[in-house]
Amino acid sequence: MKIFLKIWRQETREAKGEMKNYVLDDVTEDMSFLSMLDLLNEKLIAAGERVVEFDHDCREGICGQCGVMINGQAHGPLPHVTTCQLHMRSFNNGDTIYVEPFRAKSFPVIRDLKIDRSSFDRMIQAGGYISASTGQAPEANSIPISHKTAEAAFDSAACIGCGACVATCKNSSAALFVSAKITHLVLLPQGKIEADERVRKMIAQMNEEGFGHCSNTEACEVECPQQISVLNIARMNWEFNKGGFL
Amino acid sequence: MDAKIPAGPLSEKWSNYKSHARLVNPANRKKMSVIVVGTGLAGASAAASLAEQGYKIKSFCFQDAARRAHSVAAQGGVNACKNYKNDGDSIYRMFYDTIKGGDFRSREANVYRLAECSASLIDQSVAQGVPFAREYGGYLNNRSFGGVQVSRTFYARGQTGQQLLLGAYQALMRQVNTGRVSLHTRHEMLDLIVIDGKAKGILARNLETGEIERHAADAVILATGGYGKIYYLSTLAMGCNASAIWRAHKKGAYMAGVSWIQIHPTCLPQSGEHQSKLTLMSESLRNDGRIWVPLKADDNRNPNDIPENERDYYLERRYPAFGNLAPRDISSRAAKERIDTGHGVGVMKNAVCLDFSKAIKEQGEKVIEEKYGNLFSMYEKITGINAYKQPMLISPAAHFTMGGLWVDYTLMTNIPGLFALGEANFSDHGANRLGANSLLQACVDGYFIAPYTIPDYLAGELKAEKITTDHPAFDEAEKKAKQQLNNFLSVKGKLSADYFHKTLGKLLYDKCGLARNKKGLEEAIEEIRNLQQQFYRELNITGDDKVNTELEKAGRLADYLELAELMCEDALSREESCGAHFREEFQTPEGEAIRNDKDFCYVSAWEWNGADQPHILHKEPLLFESVELTVRSYK
Repeated sequence: MKIFLKIWRQETREAKGEMKNYVLDDVTEDMSFLSMLDLLNEKLIAAGERVVEFDHDCREGICGQCGVMINGQAHGPLPHVTTCQLHMRSFNNGDTIYVEPFRAKSFPVIRDLKIDRSSFDRMIQAGGYISASTGQAPEANSIPISHKTAEAAFDSAACIGCGACVATCKNSSAALFVSAKITHLVLLPQGKIEADERVRKMIAQMNEEGFGHCSNTEACEVECPQQISVLNIARMNWEFNKGGFL
Repeated sequence: MDAKIPAGPLSEKWSNYKSHARLVNPANRKKMSVIVVGTGLAGASAAASLAEQGYKIKSFCFQDAARRAHSVAAQGGVNACKNYKNDGDSIYRMFYDTIKGGDFRSREANVYRLAECSASLIDQSVAQGVPFAREYGGYLNNRSFGGVQVSRTFYARGQTGQQLLLGAYQALMRQVNTGRVSLHTRHEMLDLIVIDGKAKGILARNLETGEIERHAADAVILATGGYGKIYYLSTLAMGCNASAIWRAHKKGAYMAGVSWIQIHPTCLPQSGEHQSKLTLMSESLRNDGRIWVPLKADDNRNPNDIPENERDYYLERRYPAFGNLAPRDISSRAAKERIDTGHGVGVMKNAVCLDFSKAIKEQGEKVIEEKYGNLFSMYEKITGINAYKQPMLISPAAHFTMGGLWVDYTLMTNIPGLFALGEANFSDHGANRLGANSLLQACVDGYFIAPYTIPDYLAGELKAEKITTDHPAFDEAEKKAKQQLNNFLSVKGKLSADYFHKTLGKLLYDKCGLARNKKGLEEAIEEIRNLQQQFYRELNITGDDKVNTELEKAGRLADYLELAELMCEDALSREESCGAHFREEFQTPEGEAIRNDKDFCYVSAWEWNGADQPHILHKEPLLFESVELTVRSYK
């Protein structure tokens, strides 16, 4: 296939970026989207040019490091996949593809398509854990947890921290990311004890990082590779308000 | 070579060690600092545990966040001998399965400790909020994995590694919040600083600014994972590398079991030239999936059109006692044998079928979906094939390195103050790792062993002179590192780093992969040397010394090219077949491995002796007091 690419190039955090045009003649359908970028980079190297920098690592949809806007959609046209799981069979010969970094005030661009998502780490640092010190813990089966509860906690815990929810949200809200962690931990008996403090601290950090507010468009769930439900956000709001009132 | 194995009966060694390990007074702990390179399960758990004790920790990773380390990708589960199923499990049985699985090429005391600490890990993870699978009564569920006859594998759907890692990551973030851990993401380790024979710091490069940084500490932990990515096409993440351990090796740390690399039997086959990775499909699938190939060679029919009596369920045929749950090395080799004789399926004829039709018929699609739903959907995303309707196509791929830095019982390398944890060390898996033991080993090293052995070392360093980063050892390391980076940028040849990586990978698959022989290995060493020369002559790295993926690749590849040669040397020197190391000269007429306990019952630990000198081989004899060395049979 012949593919026309328009890719965001930006030298440094401070520099002004721009879209640049590239053409690839020999793309095949079984190539993954990132292999297609590898191919482009091979050509750039042969031409003596600097490669397009993009984040990626596991290339199997679980590490959460990859992620770009493809034709304006976080992780591209397929629902619930990461960029690395997208294959070129989703495109047609002659297509023009716009590739941009995930954009949000709280995700500064480092170079080209690479962004700084350390704001996610800082929100977890604020309280996204159970304060159980390592090494000594009671027998695992001493706290039975129903099958349903464990599965529900897993649904929230499955978040890979890619940031697609933020990138796709018109407000650049991190509500889905934060609420998934809050819900994962509050559903489990071990995590209930610190629930009030956790929700307050994580939300305070979310605000400090400059993420926008959630206005319930539910765009985040649509793009989420792990299909994290917006009901997590409702749960977060409930936990937050409950903490305030009671 | 002193492995420092504590005295006493096997079952009391670890308790004895813990009772006598030296301690550091709480007031002194904040004066002691430890560098931890790597934030996977081993690194994050060690960093969090030591920070909780009060030590000052500096944590490094090359990824953009600590949560991305490749432990995240482990799917199937983690072993622990809880005996919840009342099916005869015990510490001894788990120890025996592991040491047998490793083909009697690991240390008894280490393996026993691994089994002994396994139950606590499940407790630990549950306390952190890891949502393991539960039975309807609310108790923990588990399943079987390859190479064992009990059910001891705990899991969180097909994302067990992710959930365990998030537990460790969150514990680490909690310590970052207390100020005891400073986090350095997007950093790569360039060199180990050794002063008066002891590890005292590292040189690191900030992968955004390009700045070379000096970090001094009282001890250094390398928890940087395995080097299976040396084969290029592998189940590993693109950034997985050997650079930290290799650079420590060049500073004097021995590398052991270098050529023992697990080729995982259930991965997606290569489908084309531009592929960059072979995705793993969890071994847990073999609980319900049956592996077969067409009985007739070069059978081009769609698998669904091949009737039952024209299918060869070769694992069930060759290994009736374990069937589809035969260990990984044996399953991979059996697949290779079928593929090489023309029975392979798929476009490139490089795969075998993994068939769920029987399980779906017996248990219903819903149950199978609950067990493996995310694996089936991952398979469909990549291949476009619905595995509920037709067999998956799978193929062996490079996966896990049993080899790594040589460590003693305390996980310290032969350089005092340098520790290696998790996949980065060689210690527990012998010549073949059993499924679901890697998450276990990484966690046990970090949560349960390092928190005792590192304070024991630090207690002896309390009065040592504090090293500062203006020490000449840092100057020298920085000068060399800068020289190397400048060299990569100035070659300006015609070929990309990936070209060299792909060439090296193919060569290793051919000559130092599932099967090896003397002639092939000797040729490989020659070819690797040529490739290395070509690398320094024709490499082309564009861009600058700041954010530059290609520059990162060049450094990793320079190390891989040296390591590859040692891999082949190691495989060449071991004239026997054991575990993942299958020398074609040493096999029975039926194609089973012939191990040679008389001459090779030792760990090969290699010492770097300069770039143009051959490595020096040190042998650590393996003494078995509790188990009898038997032919490893799964028939």
